[in-house]
Amino acid sequence: MKYYLAIILTAILTENFVLSKFLGICPFLGVSKKLNTAAGMSLAVIFVMAMATAVTYPINKYLLEKNGLEYLQTIVFILVIAALVQLVEIILKKYIPSLYSALGIYLPLITTNCAVLGVVLLNVEKRAADPAFGFGASMFNSIGAGCGFMLAMVMFAGVRSKLESNDIPKFLQGLPITLIAASLVSVSFLGFGGIVDNIFG
Amino acid sequence: MNPILLAVIIVSAIGLIAGLGLAIASKVMAVPVDEKAEKIRECLPGANCGACGFSGCDGYAEALSKGETTNTALCNPGGKDAAKAIAEITGLAAGEVIPKTAVVLCQGNKHNAEDKLIYSGIKSCAMASQVFGGPKACIYGCVGFGDCVKACPFDAISLCDGIARINPAKCHSCGVCINTCPKGIIKMLPVTEVKAAVLCNNHEKGAVTRKQCKAGCIGCMKCVKTCEVGAVSINNFCAEVDYEKCIGCGQCHEACPVKSIDILDMTHFMEYRSE
Repeated sequence: MKYYLAIILTAILTENFVLSKFLGICPFLGVSKKLNTAAGMSLAVIFVMAMATAVTYPINKYLLEKNGLEYLQTIVFILVIAALVQLVEIILKKYIPSLYSALGIYLPLITTNCAVLGVVLLNVEKRAADPAFGFGASMFNSIGAGCGFMLAMVMFAGVRSKLESNDIPKFLQGLPITLIAASLVSVSFLGFGGIVDNIFG
Repeated sequence: MNPILLAVIIVSAIGLIAGLGLAIASKVMAVPVDEKAEKIRECLPGANCGACGFSGCDGYAEALSKGETTNTALCNPGGKDAAKAIAEITGLAAGEVIPKTAVVLCQGNKHNAEDKLIYSGIKSCAMASQVFGGPKACIYGCVGFGDCVKACPFDAISLCDGIARINPAKCHSCGVCINTCPKGIIKMLPVTEVKAAVLCNNHEKGAVTRKQCKAGCIGCMKCVKTCEVGAVSINNFCAEVDYEKCIGCGQCHEACPVKSIDILDMTHFMEYRSE
C-alpha cells in the first residue's frame, strides 16, 4: 500500500508531467484559460492515460518483450493508443452521451498527446529499472500522472484568471506573460523535490 | 524467424486489428445524425451568440428540426437570408426579420461629461461602476472602458472620445453587448426606419443633470410639446420615445435645447451590410 501511495505522490508532485517533465505543454497552455475546460481536459487525460496503460502493458510484456522487439514500443504504442481513443469515443457517443458531451471535444485532442505516450513509455522504463514495478504499479503511476496533470491545469487556470484582471505592459500581454507565469509555477514545484522519499523512507 | 519479418508482421497485425475493430465499431455503434438539423446548422452564421434564445447555433438548429420552435426568424445575425433558407428546409413560413442594430444611448464623451473621481483600478466597466457608480459624474452613462468592445463577436464596437460607439454596418444585432453593459444603456433599434432616439438615460433632475453632462436630458418637456403624434413622453426626468408612434419627423430634435434627442437615420448602412 505504502509502495503505491509513494508512486502516486511521486507522479503528482515530484515528477509532475507538465511542470517537471515538460510534457503536454500544448494543452497546458491552450486549454487552461477557463477552470471548467481545464478540468474537463484533465479528466479526459486521466481517463485516457489509465486506458492506454491497461492496454499497452500486456502488449509490451507478452508481445514485444517476448520477441525482443522493444525498439518498436513507440510506434506500436502510438498505433494502439490512437485506435483505443477513437474506439472509446465511439462507445461513449453511443452509450454515455452525457460523458461524451463533457469529454467529447477533448478526447481527439489527446489521442497522440506526448503526455499520454510519455506515461506509457515511462512505465516501461521504470519496469526495466525495477522488476517489482508491475501492472498495478503502472496503473497507479498513470493515474497519478493524470492527477498531476489535472493539478497543474487547475492551478494554472486560477493563475490565468488572476492575470486577466491585471494591468500588464503591452509587450508582455497574452502568451509572454502566460509563459512567465508557467515558469514560475514550474519553479515552485521544485520545492517538492525529495519530499516523497523523506515521507516514505 | 527473421526478426525483421516478425516486426513487420506484428506491427501490421496490430494495425489491421485496430483498423478492423474501429470500422466494425463505427458501423455497429453508429449514432443516427439528425440530417435536417445539420442542414439548418449550415444556414446559420455559426457565431453562437445566443440571440435566438437557444444555447447556440447547434441548439437552435436542433430545436427547429425537432419542432420545439416554429419561429424561423429568431436568428438576428443571419437575418433574412437565414430565415429564408431555414424556411425552405423545414417547410415553415419564413418569418419577417426587421434588421436591427445595437445603439449606445449616451453622448457623455470626454467633451460633454464631467468626471467626479480619478479611477486607476482595473480597466473594466463592470469593475469601475462598482466604485461610486463609475468615474463620471453621471452614474447612468457609458463608463467607457469598453467591456462591450471586448464582448462584441463581430468587432463592431469601438471607443470614440471615451464612450462606446457601434458601427451599424458591422452590427449583427446579436445582443451580446446589451447583456455585457453594466449600465444597461445599449438598445436594439431598427436600421431600416428613421426614428427618434433619446441619447441619454440620466434620471436626475434637470439642474443636477446639467452639472453632470452637457448633453444630458434635463426633462424640459419641449420635445413632448412639439411632437405631433404624441410619441415622446418624460419618465422620471428623462425623455422616452414610443417607436410604434414615432414617424421620424425630427421636430423633437429641433426643439431640444441640449440635443440629447436625435433622429437616427441608419438606412444607408444597409447597403454595406448586405455585402
